Amino acid sequence: MASENSSPSSTGTSATANAQSGAWEVVIGLEIHAQLATSSKIFSAASTAFGAEPNTQACAVDLGLPGVLPVLNREAVRMAVCFALATDAEIGRRSVFARKNYFYPDLPKGYQISQMALPIVGRGKVEIVLEDGQKKSIGLTRAHLEEDAGKSLHDEFNDMTGIDLNRAGTPLLEIVSEPDLRSAAEAVAYARKIHALVRYIGICDGNMQEGSFRCDANVSLRRWGQQELGTRTEVKNVNSFRFLERAIEFEIERQADVLESGQAVIQETRLYDADRDETRSMRSKEEANDYRYFPDPDLLPVEIDDEYIESLRAGLPELPDARAQRYREDYALSDYDAGVLTSDRATADYFEAVVTDGRVSPKLANNWLAGEVFARLNRDNLELADSPVDASALAGLLIRIEDNTISGKIAKQLLDDMWAGKGSADDLIEAGGLRQITDTGALESMIDAVIEENPGQVAEYRAGKDKLLGFFVGKAMKASQGKANPAQLNELLRQKLKP
Amino acid sequence: MSLTPEEVEKIAHLARLGVDDAELAEYAGELSKVLGLVELMNAAETEGIEPMAHPGHASNRLRDDLVTESDKRELLQQAAPAVEKGLFLVPKVIE
Amino acid sequence: MHDKNLREVAEHLDSRSISSEELTRLFLQRIDTHDAALNSMITVCAESAIQQAQVADKAIAEAGGTLSVNKPLLGVPIVHKDIFCTKGVKTSCGSRMLDNFVSPYDATVVEKLADAGTVMLGKANMDEFAMGSSNENSYFGAVGNPWDQNRVPGGSSGGSAAAVAARFCPAATGTDTGGSIRQPAAFCGLTGIKPTYGRISRYGMIAFASSLDQAGPMARSAEDCAIMLESMAGFDPRDSTSVDRPVENYRQQLVDAEQPNALQGLRIGLPEEYFAEGLDPAIATAVESAVKELEALGAVVKSVSLPNQHLCVPAYYVVAPAECSSNLSRFDGVRFGHRCESPVDLEDLYKRSRGEGFGREVKRRILIGTYALSAGYYDAYYLKAQKVRQLISDDFQQAFSEVDVIAGPATPTTAFEKNSKTDDPVSMYLNDLYTISANLAGLPSISLPCALADGLPVGLQLTANYFDESRLLKTAHSFQLQTDWHTQCPPDYV
Ligand SMILES: [Mg+2]
Ligand SMILES: [Zn+2]
Repeated sequence: MASENSSPSSTGTSATANAQSGAWEVVIGLEIHAQLATSSKIFSAASTAFGAEPNTQACAVDLGLPGVLPVLNREAVRMAVCFALATDAEIGRRSVFARKNYFYPDLPKGYQISQMALPIVGRGKVEIVLEDGQKKSIGLTRAHLEEDAGKSLHDEFNDMTGIDLNRAGTPLLEIVSEPDLRSAAEAVAYARKIHALVRYIGICDGNMQEGSFRCDANVSLRRWGQQELGTRTEVKNVNSFRFLERAIEFEIERQADVLESGQAVIQETRLYDADRDETRSMRSKEEANDYRYFPDPDLLPVEIDDEYIESLRAGLPELPDARAQRYREDYALSDYDAGVLTSDRATADYFEAVVTDGRVSPKLANNWLAGEVFARLNRDNLELADSPVDASALAGLLIRIEDNTISGKIAKQLLDDMWAGKGSADDLIEAGGLRQITDTGALESMIDAVIEENPGQVAEYRAGKDKLLGFFVGKAMKASQGKANPAQLNELLRQKLKP
Repeated sequence: MSLTPEEVEKIAHLARLGVDDAELAEYAGELSKVLGLVELMNAAETEGIEPMAHPGHASNRLRDDLVTESDKRELLQQAAPAVEKGLFLVPKVIE
Repeated sequence: MHDKNLREVAEHLDSRSISSEELTRLFLQRIDTHDAALNSMITVCAESAIQQAQVADKAIAEAGGTLSVNKPLLGVPIVHKDIFCTKGVKTSCGSRMLDNFVSPYDATVVEKLADAGTVMLGKANMDEFAMGSSNENSYFGAVGNPWDQNRVPGGSSGGSAAAVAARFCPAATGTDTGGSIRQPAAFCGLTGIKPTYGRISRYGMIAFASSLDQAGPMARSAEDCAIMLESMAGFDPRDSTSVDRPVENYRQQLVDAEQPNALQGLRIGLPEEYFAEGLDPAIATAVESAVKELEALGAVVKSVSLPNQHLCVPAYYVVAPAECSSNLSRFDGVRFGHRCESPVDLEDLYKRSRGEGFGREVKRRILIGTYALSAGYYDAYYLKAQKVRQLISDDFQQAFSEVDVIAGPATPTTAFEKNSKTDDPVSMYLNDLYTISANLAGLPSISLPCALADGLPVGLQLTANYFDESRLLKTAHSFQLQTDWHTQCPPDYV
């Protein structure tokens, strides 16, 4: 959804700050599962499209029928390597698929094909910006390719669970961070950063509601100064950044309570319940897992050479950090504005299209895009790509502000009309006679009429009641039907009202 | 290494194999014998030897990202023990 | 006509001295008459076989023969091991688990042989999930050896071997994970080849141990195997371990090699470790005289060493069970296969469906494999076995720097009596000590009949380096041009 994807973080920090300032240091690592934006599955030629009828996109390979075999999707490999390049990460020149063995009805083969000892992406890092504007580098432990499982539907039938395997075999990149995060806010900033990156390089659509981008948080507390990590819990099932923050904050408070009452935190998986805003233990009986990982004998090691890596590096788009820096330097935008505009590629591309021919100033373009356009997108629950007003249409409107044809106020009304599909800025200006009045003679005669009609106020103003200037501006603007150039109007009024 | 029936029970659980008590004892005996055979490997000097997962040294072949499978649900579910509304049915899973 | 081998049958079809339909009905009749006792078949596809034969006959009539359409197998009736998925036909893999499984698709091998024009008479019995060396582990009952009904035909491709030996068909498909083509071929007096790993697609062949499994033909001569192999082999984009390398014209290479002194310059190695304790003296004698025959054809024989030979069986019984424990997890009673009555919960569904669906040997191997991969044991068992596997493979490469072909016995004994080893898995496993190493290393290996001992066939095994199938076939063919062990027929099936 648009609000999750494009609006800046407005994270409250009070709860975290409390825990931080107490006896405990918070340690968080995230595991993010990004669904790769391939057309077909990671090991089969079935479609990955979302929302199909149950099991209509589960082919023989996805169902794990007797005799079927996996064949790796080239595109999934390309995307993983692009991610490595975007996070300054090591690339596994020889990576190996392994089987993770466990029984669950949504796991058709009784094992998940994943990577264990030799992942395709090794150590890397990303930079996040903290609340106070400080930058912090967050380490990536690894990222590996794996297949997704299917879905269990528990509410469809009375005493049975239904299994839909459409999602089984969808390619995932599991991105594991170091335990470098120290608050819920940092965790969210990191998750947003990864979210922006994967969308930027076009390897994941980032749709959290559809499960394309899923975060699990490993949370633990330890006494300040303590070296070893405390016992962690893994919080799963968080499908928005807001919930991620809430879930971590809840978990921090819960663990602090447990520790302060002298008890020990139990290592377990906990589920975030958004309705109750709490986490709860996922398994009543803690069962020790023994996944019996071993190299998948159906797949050979994936080998990646320099030539391939360099060809992908050459095709990589300008990344958000580099782009933001360019915006600060070339467009004189603030850190904050540059950060928002570059947080996703579509926004940055839109922005650059508006300012491209130099007729619209970057500041004006930023204000209108981040303000008016985003507000309307959020209201209508649209993505920027689906905006009824595209970059060139917005530029057409903003040019008319820059050349004083219309006022900002008129422009806002025009944007609404353009949004409703009523025409371009110029057409609407023409048809509505909305051209701003800048002719001094015309403005003077309007002002003269206002002065004549309000002798009492004129006397008061001239006696020193400066505040009344606004009264005259309002009257004159109304007389112009809002079309007077405000700056000019102000100036002329001041002159005419001089005692 | 000789296995006890209790150990066999743990392995059988991991493998989700229903095995009754009488069988557990038999398996314990048989598996212990097999492990005895297998452990002849221990005499081999394997320091510095690369583990061999596949014959040959080929690297993995990749397929193009093309959707060539169409919906064959009806055909593929003919072998299924329980299906309703296109879903495979299992006893209720409690999360 | 039933005693004709594959090449001869094909020639008769080509010259139209017999129709495929006549031939098909003849073989179906033989199965009908004899298989109640032998039990080599799990499924007989009489109706569809006759239909396929009629289609073939039409094509032969239109083309004026089989060779003019370049389909040497057009109209030839064969049998598939029931491990290969066959669309619309029950594919049981010898298991109760799949007793009700009708495959929705064809294995690549099945597809390729159908494209080559073969007629499928039915599906052959086998050890459950290919785990066994006697075919006594089939849910559908043990199979008799046509040479002696009280003896085993070998396994796991025991049904295929018995069917070809009993003259129910001129050729059959098999699979070989640790000797499952070569050992039954040896026990039943057939020629069977396990090609290089990756030569034949594994797609649609129900996996036992993926890094060891390889399909191959079982027939009455090396020449027949060459004809079959040409149609079965080839790159398959659906199998990541399939090798993208052109298929050789195996048959033509044999014809080219038909000359006296055909084996001039061939270097044959005899591993000293093969002729050690446990080898039946009658077999040792038979193999030695077969090697003399090869020498007479121009081959040079020398002694070689495979120092880790004694570790093959131990390493195999970790690698194969480990892979099978994972490969067989998909049989969980959810999407296909056996499901227990009224499961009370998920765990009950899994445990009873699998407990009931799998037989004893399969469960035994799943347990061994699960144990070998489990936390705390992985390094000592699985990883160790992978390293030993490397040693075994290295031994072969060392030997192949000196010789072209390694010769030896295919089995330590001739076909043993039914029920003689069922109580002792270890003695059963040791039966495969000569065949397993080729699977661990991924090498091509052939077994061909070289003697009769007390009226039972003896197999000579030849192993070559990667993708050197044609050398194996040529060597075996040259031998068969000079000898008649491969033409011997079990007396009851003449
Ligand atoms: Mg994980
Ligand atoms: Zn994962």
